[in-house]
Amino acid sequence: MTNKIRPEFKYIVDMVEPGSKVLDLGCGEGHLLKALQIEKRARVQGVELSDTAIQECVAKGLFVYHGDLDEGLADFNDRSVDYVILTSTIQVLHRPDFLIEEAARVGKRCIISIPNFGYWRIRFQLMFQGTMPRTKSLPYEWYNSPNIHLTTLHDFRRFCRERGLRIIRETDLVQGNGLCRKVGLLPNFLADYGIFMLERDLRTIRPR
Amino acid sequence: MAVVHEENSVGIVELKYFTFAEPPHELPLECGRSLGPITLAYETYGEMNADKSNCILVCHALSGDSHAAGRYSPDEPKPGWWDNMIGPGKAFDTKRYCVICSNIIGGCKGSTGPSSIDPKTGKPYGPTFPMVTVKDMVDAQKALVDHLGIEQLLCVVGGSMGGMQALQWPVSYPDMVRLAIPIAATARLSAQSIAFNAVGRHAIMADPNWRNGDYYGKSVPSRGLGIARMVGHITYLSETSMHDKFGRDLQDKASPDYDFVTEFKVESYLSYRGDEFVKRFDANSYLYITKAMDYFDLTQPTGELRRSLSAVKAAFLVISVSSDWLFPSYMSKEIVSALRRNNLDVSYAELQSDYGHDAFLLEVDAMSRLIQSFLEYGQPSRSISD
Repeated sequence: MTNKIRPEFKYIVDMVEPGSKVLDLGCGEGHLLKALQIEKRARVQGVELSDTAIQECVAKGLFVYHGDLDEGLADFNDRSVDYVILTSTIQVLHRPDFLIEEAARVGKRCIISIPNFGYWRIRFQLMFQGTMPRTKSLPYEWYNSPNIHLTTLHDFRRFCRERGLRIIRETDLVQGNGLCRKVGLLPNFLADYGIFMLERDLRTIRPR
Repeated sequence: MAVVHEENSVGIVELKYFTFAEPPHELPLECGRSLGPITLAYETYGEMNADKSNCILVCHALSGDSHAAGRYSPDEPKPGWWDNMIGPGKAFDTKRYCVICSNIIGGCKGSTGPSSIDPKTGKPYGPTFPMVTVKDMVDAQKALVDHLGIEQLLCVVGGSMGGMQALQWPVSYPDMVRLAIPIAATARLSAQSIAFNAVGRHAIMADPNWRNGDYYGKSVPSRGLGIARMVGHITYLSETSMHDKFGRDLQDKASPDYDFVTEFKVESYLSYRGDEFVKRFDANSYLYITKAMDYFDLTQPTGELRRSLSAVKAAFLVISVSSDWLFPSYMSKEIVSALRRNNLDVSYAELQSDYGHDAFLLEVDAMSRLIQSFLEYGQPSRSISD
């Protein structure tokens, strides 16, 4: 959503094996892809809807596709990419479940980061002020928010379980004062971000 | 703007000629016939480096020519057709790259075409000129590139039919193209586009001056060619751009006269475009070149574009125009899809523009940003053997 290098990117870069093939859906101006290209020698490509962001990506020497997120995925065979990445993106989609399923088909692994709606500040705003919550990671008013499918970490874990997606790694973060640190205790209450690495549980794939 | 562009001009340029395929070594054509000798008119801008690895081939569209940048003399009224893209510091920076543009075979701007003299008869080819295709045009350009001593082109670029050539090049000569930039292009001409081309051809052939193509030395079919150009020009603009430019305004009068003279501004503009075109273009060339576009279908012979592109090694920047209804964005996306399925590196950008198909001549800033970066960073998808 924002164009800055988000603090969570460092943790995502750490999750990716060197030399991997990476597809970033909603890659913005390509900061994460560039970091993966340089630090992990990854073969990267992105999909992005904004034409100014596309210009920025090409200016960084990245290969990008200008279009809707789900448009490009049909071109990819099953498990043809090492990682499909969706950073703070699924909550703006009309049907996030469809895209996550597609990402899990195309990617051997998926890295999905989400703002946590169970974060205590959000709960407190609703409980004590009686207002729609606004935080650093969810800064919008109710009427102009692009975030139409918000979730808590609990909800997301349950979704993965129900859809046969195994969570290989989970890193929960809280940001403040421009810093970002890991949360170990009560993440669904104390973390405002979650990063999940998923893979399709192959036992759940029905033969076609 | 004009002043800035003048400052960054390639300056005075020279039209050059290269003749090859002297009999008995004629160029075999896709139609089964062969052509020779062939002369190509071409221009170059910027210097080649020592290993000639900085060369960019610009392919022109239906009505274009080899005069892509600069002026032949200081008093030439207009510079070349892509002067705002080619020059020092521009998208195709002539301080760094050597840019080459040649007139296609079948054309009428110095390269061998239907208005050229057939050495066998001493008279213009006219209707006896063989049918040429986009692939044949590329084969002729290849002979020029060889002649210039270039083993590998850094980039092949073009808009519209030039974009078809930019697609055909890495298909025909995969080891010779590092980067390809098809703009407002298509892998196959649609039924709608063939239909528009057919209307243009019918207008020419219905002109009594056409005389089955044998009109050289006599009066030319200018009415027919003018109408063909008018039809073509409609397809190059968007409804929005026509509305913005002309609306329903009348030309040089406040109220209509209720007769059939040219009254609306849009009518007057199209007539003007038609008249201008007739002065500089040969009607038979128009017939041959539109036919070459009609025949262009890279999905053949298998019906699968992906298989036709299987030998391609270049990296691609594919650019479409949001308001282009002649070669709409979905056609560019088909190209991108096939390239991606073949595991090639490709970037795709849709220019947000109201100019329609013609945007590839007009959206200079947006195209320049994309192209400059792509030329800077782009590497071929697969290793290219020498």
